[in-house]
Parts: sequence; C-alpha cells; structure tokens
Amino acid sequence: MKEVLDAYGYWPYENRPKITWPGGARVAFWVAPNIEYYELDPPQNPQRKPWPTPHPSVPGFSIRDYGNRVGHQRQMALLDKFGVRGSISLSVALCEHHPEIIEMCRERDWEFFSHGIYNTRYTYGMSEAQEREMIRDSIETIHRHTGQACAGYLAPALSHSERTLDLFAEVGQEMFGERAGLYTCDLFHDDQPTPIQLRSGRRFVSVPYSLEMNDTIVYAVNKVEPRHYLKMLKRHFDRLYAEGAESGTVMCIPTHNYQISCPHRIKAFEEALEYITGHSDVWVATGREIASHYLEQHYDQALADIAGRAGGTQHHADRG
Amino acid sequence: MARDDGSLDNDYLHYPHRHHGYDHDRYDWSMLSERPPVTWPGDKTLAVWINVSLQFYPLNQRGVPFKVPNGMTMPYPDLRHYSLRDYGNRVGIYRLLKALAHYQVRPTFAINAQLAEQTPYLLERLMAFVNSEGGEFMCHGWNMDHLHYGGQDRDEEAEIVGRSVATLRKLTGQPIRGWLSPAKHQSWNTPELLAEQGIEYCADWVNDELPYAFRTDNGPLAMMPLTTEIEDQFVMCQNLHSEDAWVDQVKDAFDFLVEESRQQGGRMLALNLHPWLVGQPHRIACLEEVLGHIAGHEAVWQAPAGEILDAFQAQAGGAR
Repeated sequence: MKEVLDAYGYWPYENRPKITWPGGARVAFWVAPNIEYYELDPPQNPQRKPWPTPHPSVPGFSIRDYGNRVGHQRQMALLDKFGVRGSISLSVALCEHHPEIIEMCRERDWEFFSHGIYNTRYTYGMSEAQEREMIRDSIETIHRHTGQACAGYLAPALSHSERTLDLFAEVGQEMFGERAGLYTCDLFHDDQPTPIQLRSGRRFVSVPYSLEMNDTIVYAVNKVEPRHYLKMLKRHFDRLYAEGAESGTVMCIPTHNYQISCPHRIKAFEEALEYITGHSDVWVATGREIASHYLEQHYDQALADIAGRAGGTQHHADRG
Repeated sequence: MARDDGSLDNDYLHYPHRHHGYDHDRYDWSMLSERPPVTWPGDKTLAVWINVSLQFYPLNQRGVPFKVPNGMTMPYPDLRHYSLRDYGNRVGIYRLLKALAHYQVRPTFAINAQLAEQTPYLLERLMAFVNSEGGEFMCHGWNMDHLHYGGQDRDEEAEIVGRSVATLRKLTGQPIRGWLSPAKHQSWNTPELLAEQGIEYCADWVNDELPYAFRTDNGPLAMMPLTTEIEDQFVMCQNLHSEDAWVDQVKDAFDFLVEESRQQGGRMLALNLHPWLVGQPHRIACLEEVLGHIAGHEAVWQAPAGEILDAFQAQAGGAR
C-alpha cells in the first residue's frame, strides 16, 4: 500500500495558467446522472458487503429500482427543459436489463461513460487481469449498445485498486485509440481539470465530478434537506462562477434517479438547473467535451506549470 | 467466490442474470410514465393513501438478523425507547384519530398483530373509527422484533405470517387483505407465504408510485409501494430533519404529484405515519398542516390502500 497517491502532484489553485472555455464561459457545467443496476442477490466480496442486511435486502434494492422505473424520466424531462445533455455514469449491465432507458438517452445524444458492470460488483480483490477484463467488458458494452467510444470512468460504487486509472486509460486506448479512455471522475482533489500521471505516460485528465454536490452523498450520507441542497448548489455555483472570471472552473452535479427525482426533492434540482443555466457565461457541456477541450487547449501548459512550480515534488516527465 | 487471501475467483466476473428485465422474476420491468394512464373515482388524478403504522417494540429485543430501526438501542432494559414507542399507542394515536377525523381521512391502519391482541381497547377504538369514519386494517407482522429475512427457516416464518394474519382477522372480523413487513424486510419466501394466507397486496417494495403485479409461486400478489422517503420516521428519525422540513417535503411531494398526475395520468401518494412520532404535542400540528394541505384538494381521491388497489385493477390500464 502507498502512503501518498501518485496519480498527481501538488499543484496549488492560485496562479495557474488561465483556462478558457468555449465562448468565453467562466464555468463548464455538466450533469452526471448515475444510472445504475444493483443486483438483488449479488455475490459476496471479501472487503465490502453489497447490502447491509441479508438478501433480499428489499428496502435498498427497491428504492434503487424506483430510480429506473420512476425517477429516470423525471430527471430526463428536466434536463431536456434546460438544454442539458447528461453524461451518464452507467452500470453497463443496464444496457441489457433496461435498454429502453439507454435508447432514450442515445436519442438525446447524451454521453455514456463506464461505471462498471453492476454497482454491486466491486473492484476490491480483483487481479489486474480481472479488473482489465471488467473494464474491457464495460467499454465494449457501451460501444455495442450506443456506438460510443467510452471516454470516462467512475469506478463501480467508487471501488478502486491502485491500478484502476492506469487500466482504464490503457484499455480505452487499446480498443479505440485516442477516442476512449480520456478522463476519470474518481478524484475529488480540484475544481479544475488536472493532468493525471499514468504508468503508460498517456495524456489523461481528471474532470471534477464532486462528491460534495453528489445527491446521494448530500441526501443519504449527509442527510441534507432538499431545500438546503438547492442553497448549496447555488452557493457552489456562485463561487465557481465568480472565480471563473479569472480562470475557467468546472461544476458538476452528479445525480441518482432514485434521489433527485423523488417528488419531494425534484423541485430543488429544477430550481438549481434554472438558476445555473440562466447565467450567460456558462458552458453547458458533457464530461467528454470538458476533457477533450482541456487536453487540446490546456494540458501541455498545465504540465509545464506543474513541473516549474516552486515546491513541486514531482515532474511528470520523470515518471517512467 | 472469494478466496482466503481476499482475491476473487473468476466467477466474480460471471453475470448469469445479465439480460432484459430484472435479475429476478418477481415482476415485469416497466417505466411509470410509459404505462396506460389511470384515473381515480370521481375523475380525480391523485390517490392519497394515509397509512398509520401501529407498532409494538418488545423490551427484550433479539435484533435478529438486525436491530429494527427505531427499536431498542441501549443495554436491557431500554426503558427510554420502549416507553417512547409505547407512547404512540397510549397517547399519540388519539391525537392522530382526532386529526384524521377532522380532515375526513379514511386511513389504513397497519398494526402489529401482537399489539392488536394485547391492547383490546386500542383495537376496539380503531375498529370504531373504521366503522364510523371509514378505513381499513392491514397486517404489519407480529411485532417489530419479528423480522422476515433471507436465511430464516421457512416453517418458522410461515408460522409467524399465519399467526399474525389469523390473529388480526379473528380480532377485527375484517378480511385483512394487505401486509406490511416490519422494516419492510422480507425473506425469499415472504411473498409466497403472504399469498398462501390469502393476502392480496403487500406494501414492502418501494419501487413505484402506482400498484403493480408481483409474482409468487402461490399465485399473484399486488404490490402497493408505501413510500419510505417521505415517511415521518425516515425524514425525522433517520435523516434528523425538523418537523417543519418534513411538512415542506410532504407538501412539495404532493404538489409535484398533483401536477404530474394532471399531465400523465393518475398517481398515488402513500404517506406512512407513526403515532409515536407525529403524535407528540410539538409535532401534531405539523401533521394537521399536512392533512389540511392534502384533504379536500380538488385533484385528490383519498382512500384506504385496498380501495385504491380495487380502483386500479378495475381499469384496463391497471389490469394485472
């Protein structure tokens, strides 16, 4: 086990090279609906129990099923209303279980990225070959059902190995060259995209996804009231919008159709979308669009700045 | 599946149920907004089910296979939680009955069979309420420490289900068509055992906002999802939100569902209440505010769960 994560080096927020977004926007705004499938009776993993009670854990399973049966279309209607194309963090088995949802999203030209096979199958305990195969399966499944080359990754149920980011970038590149394996949502260290160091040396970025604004963290972990969540989203946006005048920032709302779309919560989400998209200098984008723009326009400059900053501990070029 | 060293064998990457529909065959995959629209009696669009859960939490709680939420947490004898829950059956329920009568609500009383047996005054009072104001009884299992769970001996569970249903039928003289498991937890056999006892509908699976058909080896069962996320105990005891925030959330849910039901066809709001919680002097006015918001609204058809199910099943769109 490592004491320090070596995916990125220390790079202070102040005095970075300026990020410019298309149209001179201050904030790149994206919404990442997690569309997940939790199995009713998944196999046990030695390091993490899939359900808190003996299977069938009906309360947990059924509310997540609610998300797909009821919640998805409510969320989709709101994203349509405010002109947001979702960037779906997808349990790819959903392509087989509920292809009707995939088709609706595909028609809207939403982005699909990999969130593993099921949200009840964890990376913990996988060999490198097993994790590679799981990632390959997920990218292949997305391509087969949507035609998209998967650009992004959020590990299933945020379960990682030390190799996760390396493997995603490598498998994506092997399968689709520079069209796949471009960004990760697994790191929460920044409000701007940042270069990620991989063993392959491949150009790869972290796109801010935000646990703090993630509805499941907000509602189920931090037990926040819906109307307060709206306040949090507005404050989060206001500050990133203000700072974005200096250098572009990223705001993501990661959602779950079984949280955000409940009748007592959906108004908070609607008002947040209305507020954010009502600002002029907002680039409403997808994860891939943000990653691609950054890789093309800002990545090299960022690497040079990281290497040159006083107190910097790691030089990207030095890593083999 | 998992090896002793924490690694996984390749079965962990085997997904035997990865196909259209679900990884179980209890019910069909279907999205709420894609179904034929339903209407409720009197051309109303929103059916409102007010459920009052009457519960007995034993002092000598076994906690098998888990401690029921809101049950005993202290070393034996946990007088604080025992008596605070008992408060609901002695005091709180009588405040609720006044409020329900005032707003002309016809409730569904989901009662632990042991409570019905050991508090005849309470049961007679509830029966008198049903006779004069309307309403229905539903079986809420034996008591809150008799949980249904995977791994439970089938004969043991069958005896509990049979005893609970028979006791309530005998004491009330009512058919007892519905079932709510304590903590909404089930074993793999619970649906079969319910159907075997002539139970017509179950409230445990919270994955929808309309009734739907559920399969058992002993014939069909209807599922009547009793929403957890806006339950008084979920919002105030699990999420620790204030009673004012609970009022906001129920009103927001109601307003949203009224609007959706007008646009897309009949919907159902299921509101579960606990007299030990909302029956407290500082909370009862909040319940009254909620009932005042709902009762008498032009879109609302307020009815017991069994009547809502009957109205649903009588329509083409609601056919099994």
